[in-house]
Amino acid sequence: MKATTPTQDLMRGIWRENPVLVQMLGLCPALAVTNTVANSLAMGIATFFVLLGSSLLVSLLRHLIPNEVRISAYILIIATFVTVAEMGLEAIVPEVHKALGAFIALIVVNCMILGRQEAFASKRPVGRALLDAVGTGVGFLIALFLMGAFREIIGMGSFLGQPLFGPHYEPWVVMILPPGGFLTLGALLIALSWFQKRRAAGAATAAALAAEGGAA
Amino acid sequence: MSAEVTPSPEFDEAPPVSPFKLLGTLGIAGALAGLLLVTVFQITQPSIQAYKAKVLRQAVLEVLGGPQEYETLYVVDGALTNELPAGADARALEKVYLGIDEDGSPDGFAIPAAKPGFQDVVSLIFGYDPATGQLRGMKVLANKETPGLGDSIEKKAWFTGQFAGRSVPLVAVKKGTGSGDATEVDMITGATISSRTVIKAINEALERVRGMVDAYRPGAAGAGGAER
Repeated sequence: MKATTPTQDLMRGIWRENPVLVQMLGLCPALAVTNTVANSLAMGIATFFVLLGSSLLVSLLRHLIPNEVRISAYILIIATFVTVAEMGLEAIVPEVHKALGAFIALIVVNCMILGRQEAFASKRPVGRALLDAVGTGVGFLIALFLMGAFREIIGMGSFLGQPLFGPHYEPWVVMILPPGGFLTLGALLIALSWFQKRRAAGAATAAALAAEGGAA
Repeated sequence: MSAEVTPSPEFDEAPPVSPFKLLGTLGIAGALAGLLLVTVFQITQPSIQAYKAKVLRQAVLEVLGGPQEYETLYVVDGALTNELPAGADARALEKVYLGIDEDGSPDGFAIPAAKPGFQDVVSLIFGYDPATGQLRGMKVLANKETPGLGDSIEKKAWFTGQFAGRSVPLVAVKKGTGSGDATEVDMITGATISSRTVIKAINEALERVRGMVDAYRPGAAGAGGAER
């Protein structure tokens, strides 16, 4: 494993290795609950909490957990935090809990979270593990927010429940149905790869110009 | 790449670990997790229960349309009673809610109903007035119908609002084709199955409890509800 700076640990998950948009992890919640901005944010925050708590504990206990039972121990830790998050949501924001339904419990099997424990938190000191968890959690939240905003604006003509367009706007209902999740994810990935290609092409042109200038 | 980190010893030729240590680790971890969960459960349960009770209370009063108080009646042996039988679990019994006027006289019943809809069970509650044989109102409590189409049974006010004053049994008609009869309920275009589910759920629930509701005499506590 390569040594990384703390800044890299933090920033990596947010953009360059965004769990949803680049690593393609945690797609089940990203497709299932992003039909409104409020649901996306709630899911993103719940996942963030679980990831942070699990990374903290796994990193703290990394010398105590025998290698042979580490996966069971990680799952136990993650499941505990998920259950706490579920009860907390039901007690604090029951409407959101009702809207997210079974998908909160399914955070347990979000491979993004287990992946961070196995690949990072179990081998690093607490500070680094927390930075990585914050970065990955924020990256996940951003991806979910983008999808939720896109789907709610087009599919319901509103943002966080506030109508954006006049009464004559006919919402594209398909965008808040399951197929809309796939369409949105596809559109986001196209936009992202187009953007990256343009950046790469721009850098190449600049390099070529610089080389030409140097030759002349 | 000079900054290769040396692999940590526990991932590299670790000595065999005693099975008791494995068992102990998981056992302690499980016990701690259980302890934490029970604590959180104890802390959150009151507000979860309070919320559920508040939602139910609002729904009952809304579909009763008038009374500000109500009494919970249990269905026991085919009759209604306001006294919970000894040893029975209140959550396992079917319930009906009796509206109580300001002067303490009974005023209408709120009856819960449920029926499988397009995707999952649609549960609802409706107000029924045995004196007139008319509905007082209807409110969907939970549904997983298609967002934007089927879930209009909960969200479209013209649909939910038309139940007040309807006579039973209800008849489902395509929107705009009714003859104006008091039993007709307009269905939602694009949500025919969901609309029909609501109407059938009400008809079926009423068929089941109508006899009990008509036979119930408030004040005659306990088995008194069974007299016919």
